[in-house]
Amino acid sequence: MIQQTIKFYQTGTFTVGNRLLDESQRSVQANMERTNSLNSGHRACQGCGEALGARYAIDAAMRATGNRLIAVNATGCLEVFSTPYPESSWQIPWIHSLFGNAAAVASGIAAALRMRGQDDVRVIAQGGDGGTTDIGFGCLSGMFERNDDVLYLCYDNEAYMNTGVQRSSATPPTARTATTMAVGDEPGNPFGTGKNVPLIAMAHHIPYVATATVANLRDLEAKVTKAMALRGARYIHIHVPCPLGWGSDPALTIRIARLAVESGLFPLFEAAHGELTSRTFIRRRVPAAEYLRLQKRFAHLFTAGAEAQLARVQAIADRNIERFGLLAPESAS
Amino acid sequence: MLEQMEGSQAVATAIALARPQVICAYPITPQTHIVEGLGEMVKSGELKGCEFINVESEFAALSVAIGASAAGARTYTATSSQGLLFMAEAVYNAAGLELPIVMTIGNRAIGAPINIWNDHSDSMALRDAGWIQLFADTNQEALDLHIQAFRLAEDLSCPVMVCMDGFILTHAYERVDLPAQAEVDAFLPPYEPRQVLDPAQPVTIGAMVGPDAFTEVRYLAHHRQLSALEKIPEVAAAFKARFGRASGGLLRGYRMEGAETVVIALGSVNGTVQDVIDEMRADGMAIGSLAIGTFRPFPLAALRAALAGAKRVLVLEKCLAAGVGGIVTDDVRRALAGEQVRINTVIGGLGGRAITRESLRRVFADACAARLERLSFLDLDTGVVERELARERAARRSGPTAEAVLRQLGAPGSRLG
Ligand SMILES: Cc1ncc(C[n+]2csc(CCOP(=O)(O)OP(=O)(O)O)c2C)c(N)n1
Ligand code: SF4
Ligand SMILES: [Mg+2]
Repeated sequence: MIQQTIKFYQTGTFTVGNRLLDESQRSVQANMERTNSLNSGHRACQGCGEALGARYAIDAAMRATGNRLIAVNATGCLEVFSTPYPESSWQIPWIHSLFGNAAAVASGIAAALRMRGQDDVRVIAQGGDGGTTDIGFGCLSGMFERNDDVLYLCYDNEAYMNTGVQRSSATPPTARTATTMAVGDEPGNPFGTGKNVPLIAMAHHIPYVATATVANLRDLEAKVTKAMALRGARYIHIHVPCPLGWGSDPALTIRIARLAVESGLFPLFEAAHGELTSRTFIRRRVPAAEYLRLQKRFAHLFTAGAEAQLARVQAIADRNIERFGLLAPESAS
Repeated sequence: MLEQMEGSQAVATAIALARPQVICAYPITPQTHIVEGLGEMVKSGELKGCEFINVESEFAALSVAIGASAAGARTYTATSSQGLLFMAEAVYNAAGLELPIVMTIGNRAIGAPINIWNDHSDSMALRDAGWIQLFADTNQEALDLHIQAFRLAEDLSCPVMVCMDGFILTHAYERVDLPAQAEVDAFLPPYEPRQVLDPAQPVTIGAMVGPDAFTEVRYLAHHRQLSALEKIPEVAAAFKARFGRASGGLLRGYRMEGAETVVIALGSVNGTVQDVIDEMRADGMAIGSLAIGTFRPFPLAALRAALAGAKRVLVLEKCLAAGVGGIVTDDVRRALAGEQVRINTVIGGLGGRAITRESLRRVFADACAARLERLSFLDLDTGVVERELARERAARRSGPTAEAVLRQLGAPGSRLG
């Protein structure tokens, strides 16, 4: 595909203006023919990052597969808000089985399609961070290890939202949740816990792993499109703010997601067969505090005496920037 | 074709004859030989058009089966004991989603204490998960039931467990009559799903259902099970017509004519029960037996009718509801509601304890003479139990029970069947 180099200067947002682009390079979401696979009318909260992420990702996958797609959903917000029967927002064949087995159900579908001579139909499994990094982790790792022909999408809102904002292994240090209260000597989620599932996915040497964010729609669509061009196990971990769980303004979902990237707290990268192949440079580096301040779950970091905690979060961001090389060479100084 | 083979191999052959498209499994004794046999058939190319998936747990095994079945493939898995419990959440889910998966249970005890030998605790633990449960008395029947199971499952859109006693059947070499592929093909048409994930006709499967409809959905599941009570004998009759032998069905009576005492049991122990009944009949006792071939749905009406002339019923169970007693007994009692029939429960064969003719003859005779307690444990070593209870009373920190009982008994494996 020819790439058109364009610099965008939309104040504050960096949102890609499709008007400036050649028709063929506009985003899937900007296209009149987009499938609206997750249709309007569902019951997500205002400003729900997970709803946005799923909509972008599945429409892009539909485009990439000529609408030959089946999706499996783990239990969680996305499943619950999209299918209060008899209403369903899904315009594609869609199945929900359990909280912890989406990856395995998808493996079974892929096998059935092969045996039925329908392997032009492709399979996506999707779940929240809890359904992916905790309870569904065994099935996920099994699917990776067998290199089953499934793209797994994790919508990471950093806690168990559907059950009322409890801590998961994707909850960041210091975040207040219903099970890591902002009380005691070390308020919020403790440091030194949690796991990085994209890196663990890479350790399975699967064909494709990427991180993405709702703040960068085109990048997310491109990664899904790339993943659908490949066969075997693929994983995309998408950062999706949750206004309800994070205590953030629904209008700021995209901005908050962007600040997570620009602070270094959520690095964007791709990997193939276990090796890092690309990273997205930070365009305007911001202190972690800029990201944290907009969310009530971090409110205790901005009270007297919390400086050390805040500094430790900043150190995590700095370490990510160094580790993944997130600063463009010319601005590295 | 007659052949001498291991029970597991007979089942693997039956599954292959049913032309499954996806098989997935996780190893657990005594189920292993079945899936190993199938794995080899797929890998060698003997079983074509089928994918065999080695998964990382039983929970994944049944979850893969759920996906495969929902995408329209004929799907099979097998497990036992801890494995069945490990997949429990998916067991309910497969039934709720109405997916016609067939699963063999190589029946085995549940720990702790860990025990690999046979009893029925595993199947019983999931008896109300919405699956049809068929029990095999012999290896021939296990083979036949698997072929019937796919037809039943697919006709009703309901998953089926075929339960066969671990080791006693799975590992026993017996002569079996293997049906020809063409005959099986004629009996079992290709799978035509009631619901399928298909981009040409997108459907939502597994949506959230609230109080407004949940009762109706559950009632329909109950209704489907009740209709299985008609379908199961039909399928068994069709099987007999094609293959020339009786297998399956709801109940199998043995020497029931004029029987005043009737023994009810599930699975392979029926062979021993029938031998004892022959002996006692020769002595002039009016005793017969009923093998329960279909445990879920439970054939209440058929059982009531079959027991019309009985004065006493002895339920021989390889499982125990601790703190309650028999599990099968509850259903038998339900079938006999309002009847003046004495019901005795005998718990036997737990964790592979051999059920001998001698012991059965003793309890059957006691039952005939109305000397049997309502609940008794076959060959229970009361000496061991009393000593252990005394030891526990004597010291607060008496330690774990299982290990203490083993220490008392000394020789390991002294009571294996
Ligand atoms: C086996 C099991 N345990 C617990 C639950 C309860 N449960 C349902 S959704 C959910 C939270 C989902 O969290 P996550 O996967 O992060 O998705 P989110 O709702 O945050 O999008 C939990 C704990 C369940 N449905 N099944
Ligand atoms: S709780 Fe969070 S993830 Fe769930 S619907 Fe609301 S915003 Fe979305
Ligand atoms: Mg979550």
